[in-house]
Amino acid sequence: MIQYLKFLFVGILFGIVLVKSEAVSWYRIYEMFKFESFHMFGIIGTAVITGIILLLISKKLKNINGGLMTVPKKEKGFTRYIIGGTIFGLGWALSGACPGPMYILVGTGAFSVIILILAALLGTYVYGLMKDKLPH
Amino acid sequence: MQFILDPWPWYVCGPLIAIIMFILIYFGKTFGISSNLRTLCSWAGAGKNVKFFDFDWKTQRWNLTVVLGAIIGGFLAHLYLSSPINIDLNPETVKTLNTLGFENAGQSLLPPELYSWDAALSIKGLAILIIGGFLVGFGTRYAGGCTSGHAITGLSSLQLPSLIAVIGFFIGGLIMIHLLFPLIFS
Repeated sequence: MIQYLKFLFVGILFGIVLVKSEAVSWYRIYEMFKFESFHMFGIIGTAVITGIILLLISKKLKNINGGLMTVPKKEKGFTRYIIGGTIFGLGWALSGACPGPMYILVGTGAFSVIILILAALLGTYVYGLMKDKLPH
Repeated sequence: MQFILDPWPWYVCGPLIAIIMFILIYFGKTFGISSNLRTLCSWAGAGKNVKFFDFDWKTQRWNLTVVLGAIIGGFLAHLYLSSPINIDLNPETVKTLNTLGFENAGQSLLPPELYSWDAALSIKGLAILIIGGFLVGFGTRYAGGCTSGHAITGLSSLQLPSLIAVIGFFIGGLIMIHLLFPLIFS
């Protein structure tokens, strides 16, 4: 149990930051895709810049298990990323929530978002069914 | 302590999100929230029929724990760390939303026009939530990641596939908002 406690705390921090950043708001996602505010671009932009720096300076450091600080490499490809990404973007803009905010919003008391999570589970399941027939 | 209760600026939140990613990498894991959807399918027994879900979901318990924490974090932030706020949206955005039938834009996290139970259980509202959620779940697995896995982790580690996926996110989002929204909401 104790070993999971640290992940619980990371999750709590994640939930707090995403609520306080307003990135869980449907309105902020709409505004982002309208390019009418810098807010979301500022969040993602500074996250990526900070992430690049942290990963660069930690290259020689060891993780908690004594292994290297590595990020899993995504497979090479184009089709799956552009098509899958576009499908994801359509859903993200319509529902205003990507997978993290879906759970966080339930925590804020927006229980109708559970419908979204169930539908996302169904979407994931259907992808699993069709995976071998789709171009990747 | 008012600065805790106010919305946090983007230049505070962005680096904090990067630190969350970094902590998970330090713990020997990775920052990818959408993987939990696959794990939950596997937990529910989908692996019996579909190979994609045939893996030991217990190896992903750490990530489900992150999700549990995120729900708790959402609860804490909303109930104890926020004063009732209006989201400081661009007035132009508020005006456009008004013409699409969204009143009082920014006075809550989610538009009641979509997420109040009345709306969510109407035929149109339910269809919107189910289609939206389905596209997110299908698309994220097809693309091999979501905002956390591609936009944050993938771009931070300078991976080309993630850049392609993020471009896809925007193609989809722009089509939805600029072409489809006027048809769906009018």
